[in-house]
Amino acid sequence: MSIDRRDFFKVLGVTGVTLATGKRLGAAPGMESRQEFYGMLYDSTRCAGCQGCEFACAEANGLPTPDLQDLPVAGIERKANETRRTVINAYSTSKGEMYLKRQCMHCNDPACAAACLTRAMYKTHDGSVIWRGDKCMGCRYCMVSCPFDVPKFEYFSANPKIEKCDMCYERIKEGKMPACAENCPTEAIIFGKRRELLAIARKRIHDNPGTYYDHIYGEHEAGGTGLLYLSAVPFEELGLKTTLQKSSYPALTKGFLYAVPSIFVLWPALLLGLQQATKDNNHNEEEDHE
Amino acid sequence: MKKKTMSNTDYTLTGNTTSLSAWQFLREELKPKGRWLTPFNVISLPIMLAGLILIVIRFWKGIGSITNLTQEVPWGLWIGFDVVTGVAFAGGAYVITFMVYILNMKQYHSIVRVTVLNGFLAYVFYAGALLLDLGRPWNVINPIIGNSFGTSSVLFLVAWHFLLYMIAELIEFSPAVAEWLGARRARKILSGMTLGAVIFGITLSTLHQSGLGALFLMAKDKIHPLWYSEFIPIMFFVSSIFAGLSMVIFEGSVSHRVFSDQISEKKHIAHNKILHGLSKVCAVALFAYFTLNVLVFVHEKRWGLLNSPMGYWYLTEMIGFVLLPMVLFFVSYRKQNILLIRIASLVTMIGIIINRLNVTVIGFKWDAAQHYYPSWMEITVTLAVIFTEIWIFRWIITRMPVLRDSPAWAKEQS
Ligand code: SF4
Ligand code: SF4
Repeated sequence: MSIDRRDFFKVLGVTGVTLATGKRLGAAPGMESRQEFYGMLYDSTRCAGCQGCEFACAEANGLPTPDLQDLPVAGIERKANETRRTVINAYSTSKGEMYLKRQCMHCNDPACAAACLTRAMYKTHDGSVIWRGDKCMGCRYCMVSCPFDVPKFEYFSANPKIEKCDMCYERIKEGKMPACAENCPTEAIIFGKRRELLAIARKRIHDNPGTYYDHIYGEHEAGGTGLLYLSAVPFEELGLKTTLQKSSYPALTKGFLYAVPSIFVLWPALLLGLQQATKDNNHNEEEDHE
Repeated sequence: MKKKTMSNTDYTLTGNTTSLSAWQFLREELKPKGRWLTPFNVISLPIMLAGLILIVIRFWKGIGSITNLTQEVPWGLWIGFDVVTGVAFAGGAYVITFMVYILNMKQYHSIVRVTVLNGFLAYVFYAGALLLDLGRPWNVINPIIGNSFGTSSVLFLVAWHFLLYMIAELIEFSPAVAEWLGARRARKILSGMTLGAVIFGITLSTLHQSGLGALFLMAKDKIHPLWYSEFIPIMFFVSSIFAGLSMVIFEGSVSHRVFSDQISEKKHIAHNKILHGLSKVCAVALFAYFTLNVLVFVHEKRWGLLNSPMGYWYLTEMIGFVLLPMVLFFVSYRKQNILLIRIASLVTMIGIIINRLNVTVIGFKWDAAQHYYPSWMEITVTLAVIFTEIWIFRWIITRMPVLRDSPAWAKEQS
């Protein structure tokens, strides 16, 4: 098949955008090249599964205190929901029992933010992806679009919120660390500039070749994420999706969105032309038009 | 000519010809006409009432109280059927206005009004259904008044297009309202705006019909690969052509029975010719759609996916609900068989429902441990929305010159 729709749209798009608005469609806020995002590095080999982060998160965000009985058990996938933004899960892996923390990945180019028609989901200049209740209309398109199924919705509320990790955006602004990173006794979670975290992660892999699986999850997944993972075993053993594309998800809709302005310019002209051209064709059929 | 005078279209509000005051006129028109205890009323009223109660519960206790939606499947029947499928069915309006006003195929002129009305009501009610699904509907104002434009969002585009398209369709339909009210000057002005509204409307339709498909582009890993491709927008657009036209055929066949007193003899006969023409367009559009599907299928090398339950389901859709109605439309066109056209349109419509649900609900998270099934309450609300739309449709048909001929003065004007 020789139709290459992407290229076709690209050409259309470039002409159209210049023609119609003279302005590029909202490029995702701050690609990495332009900005130094904060991020977090979670090293599964250091995690003791104590759930200290879960408790710290709940306290910092005014969420219900986690159930003390609800421990991570291998074979049971605990999920974040509207009452908890992060969970620790246990997995029995080829190297014994391992833990993994789940939370929002704070993607570099987040699908949720691109999906949001009110810009309630928003990637801040710090790199955290936050939710703003005064804008959100509760359409849940962010949930449909997030490749990690992160945003959660309060289905049983008349004034429902979207609940998700915001990397303790307010605390970062005050110069503090995210609550989970601050309270992790084994320093399995560290907070910092994403670039520096990547360097640390690389160094750990390099210095301990026997310990680590040679991959930093989040370096390229979904176009790169703010949360980076290190582990001793392949990541699919820890329940992470390893089939995700390496480019960003919002890029999937760019072709379509770029084509829009050109259609807006071309279509009416085309239609009007057709209308003029066919005007006198059908006089023999004008039975209905006295 | 005989039948036309039974109606009220010859009243004029401005008063010289009759002595009815505006308010008497409105009161007259608001009264129900015809018998009350029809089977349709008996079935639809209780469902509408139940739907209303459920909607109250939904706003009081939250969306989860009446739906089966989950954190993994945040869009269910209300989006997948009401909005996505409903809008595809409403596509008839842009196709018919394209044929009549742009290609000047005047033989279809008599069905323009009813099709536009149908499309307009569909948008009003399905956009309404969208509001039911919004958790924080009061903030819907944000993307409209512009204090928060998410321009990188496909949903932003779709929402705006819904809004603008409703206005375009309202303008297209407005001459009928003016004729009903006897507003001669207004009719003249409004008719003058038709072509502009049509061109704008077709442009908007192209974009939001495909936009509804583009909504799911980012859900790449969640939709079954047999239904996901980067071509979803084009598929949705092409299929909206025959989805809309099948709806026009279906609606026309029903209307001609139910509202036969509104339709002149001449139009009855012309209608069969119209159906033949439409069946040809449907057949061609279905053929294009089928070819596209085959191309994508081969291009994405999907052979390996066929030998699975989802694969069989895909084949069922493609053969039973695309290829079969295509053949039926071709045959019915060649044989001039009205019954066959109706059957073909029905099969096509079922196929569209299946296709849209496959993308939005059935194929969405098809591999999840827990599947989403709509609750009976979601279904009731959906039915209530549809019935309310039919009620309003009926109310307008029996009052305004939609199916019946325009009053004499309006004809002189144009
Ligand atoms: S993981 Fe999901 S919710 Fe978090 S930033 Fe990425 S797309 Fe958004
Ligand atoms: S639910 Fe709220 S945050 Fe999510 S896409 Fe809709 S408006 Fe944006």
